[in-house]
Amino acid sequence: MADNSVTPELQKDIYYHMALARALDDRMWILNRQGRAPVVYSSNGHEAAQVGSAFALNRGEDWIVPYYRDLALVLAYGMTPREIMLHLLGKADDPNSGGRQMPAHWGLKRRHILTTGSVVATQDIHAAGLALASKILKDGRVSVAYFGEGSTSQGEFHEALNFAAVHKLPVIFFNENNGYAISVPARKQMAVMDVAARASGYGMPGVIVDGNDPLKVYEVTRQARERALAGEGPTLIEAKTYRFVPHSSDDDDRAYRSREEVAEWKKRDPLTTFEKYVLENQILSADEHAAMQKKIKETVNDATDFAEKAALPDPSTLELHVYH
Amino acid sequence: MAVMTYLEAIRETLRQELRRDNRIIIYGEDVGVRGGVFRVTEGLQAEFGEERVIDSPLAEAAIIGTAIGAAVNGLRPVPEIQFADFIFPAINQIVQEAARIRYRSNGDFGVPLVIRAPFGGGVHGALYHSQSVEAFFAHVPGLKVVIPATPYDAKGLLASAIQDEDPVLYFEHKAAYRSLKGEVPDERYLIPIGKADLKREGKDLSIITYGLMVSYAQRAAETLDKEGISVEILDLRTIRPLDVEAILDTAKKTGRVLVVHEDNLTGGIGGEVSALIAEHALFYLDAPIMRLAGPDVPAMPYSPPLEHAFMVTPDKIAEAARKLAKF
Repeated sequence: MADNSVTPELQKDIYYHMALARALDDRMWILNRQGRAPVVYSSNGHEAAQVGSAFALNRGEDWIVPYYRDLALVLAYGMTPREIMLHLLGKADDPNSGGRQMPAHWGLKRRHILTTGSVVATQDIHAAGLALASKILKDGRVSVAYFGEGSTSQGEFHEALNFAAVHKLPVIFFNENNGYAISVPARKQMAVMDVAARASGYGMPGVIVDGNDPLKVYEVTRQARERALAGEGPTLIEAKTYRFVPHSSDDDDRAYRSREEVAEWKKRDPLTTFEKYVLENQILSADEHAAMQKKIKETVNDATDFAEKAALPDPSTLELHVYH
Repeated sequence: MAVMTYLEAIRETLRQELRRDNRIIIYGEDVGVRGGVFRVTEGLQAEFGEERVIDSPLAEAAIIGTAIGAAVNGLRPVPEIQFADFIFPAINQIVQEAARIRYRSNGDFGVPLVIRAPFGGGVHGALYHSQSVEAFFAHVPGLKVVIPATPYDAKGLLASAIQDEDPVLYFEHKAAYRSLKGEVPDERYLIPIGKADLKREGKDLSIITYGLMVSYAQRAAETLDKEGISVEILDLRTIRPLDVEAILDTAKKTGRVLVVHEDNLTGGIGGEVSALIAEHALFYLDAPIMRLAGPDVPAMPYSPPLEHAFMVTPDKIAEAARKLAKF
């Protein structure tokens, strides 16, 4: 673990959100396997990258533009567990989309989480645009695009980096590199070893960080944010991580990666590793930890019950919000 | 009140709007120092600075995608796509992002954005500098598509588009830029989006059209007038949403309808207009609905005889109208 200046309270909060995200995620898979949730996209394994970076931002004020892997991110950014479960179940009060989008298509204006579609890398350009406005309006906000390594093959990823670098925009491009775009390994996406290597072609720093260490991720994100606010332009961060579950509840990852590989990464599970760290360093006492676990369980149960009881959208709302 | 070209009307409206609201920014390829390849934005960077009139990198998806982000974060972007033909690299950003953000967020987010693009042929632009692309976008709920026919309309429709809370595509016919002149009031005024305009009253047949074809239809109507055929001309002004009421009114009034556009026939706006009339005004008709449009070839060729053969002209409109009047 990185030696750092993050206060113990902040570390507790980071741990809490990582653990809550994992618990929500686990519950979603159970709901799916029970036939109560049609599809699940997971952040399982990415929690350190997502929560560590979120806490380095001015949460709810800076803009984030997530992708479908970012459950832990939006949770850390202020979307409530109830809201997340409403979204999973396509309920009328789902604040992401009112049940219009499939799960994991996040968006919540109240917390400055920009709505996202399914075509990958489109969000990278939106983050640059948000930052263009911030630069002109001098609103002190930074924007962060989150994306997988597969999407860096898209032209719009490159267009976004180029535009942002030319205009020195206050934006961070945050790559969660888990090595696979569904089944296709990174070596078939790019002929370079690291996504971060792309940065030099656009005249911005490319930073590689251990995406399973939330404190290291926090630190590089904080530095990138300071750089952005100082008018020095964008940064590309590559957080190396791994997803422990299939791409979605409809995928079977046994078709494309060995159980040995998964087991090897599982030894470095960001949640258990950080849990061990906060307990061993007495950031979290055993009693506090037990209380936290209890609270997480209650929170997940509450969110599940709340969302399952919530109303589905009325068909009469189908044609609302096409135009202002 | 001054007499202006279509191009000058657009430029002066942009200037007036930039002065009125400092959230408005313009950007695109060559729009700054050069003032655009057609000079539409000439002088605007000098007046408003590099931060509000921006020369962007040459990447259309990035132009539109950043405009979406900027609009969400409080600006009113008016990006230019240098030629409508170049809009296709940005089509995902327009169709699946800008058009859908309000719907997919259940009204949480909106994208106030105006995309300006010169379109149309007859200027030796060939396959990639002549296209009419409006039908692609008119198919998309969430977008508005505006095509002005006169300098007066260009001003009022552009001001309305900039004030609109939703994404608007504003297509400017290149051949209209300097050939069309007209009186344009100095003060700001708004022409409502979604309302058609009866450009000429007549009783024998109706020509329903938009853009440059409105002035071509007017020339045809003057010829036909001398032959004793009285032509009504409905300028759609907006092709999404269509002004259904105005379309049906003119169809019911004259009982003969000729729909004209430069865009190719199949899947063009003419099909939608015709379907509306067939559905709702069939028994008012004295003749089958007629369409006159560009041919179903991939795009407009370069060499003059080929280009001329593609173009809808006042003569072709007059010829079609004669046939319809005689039916």
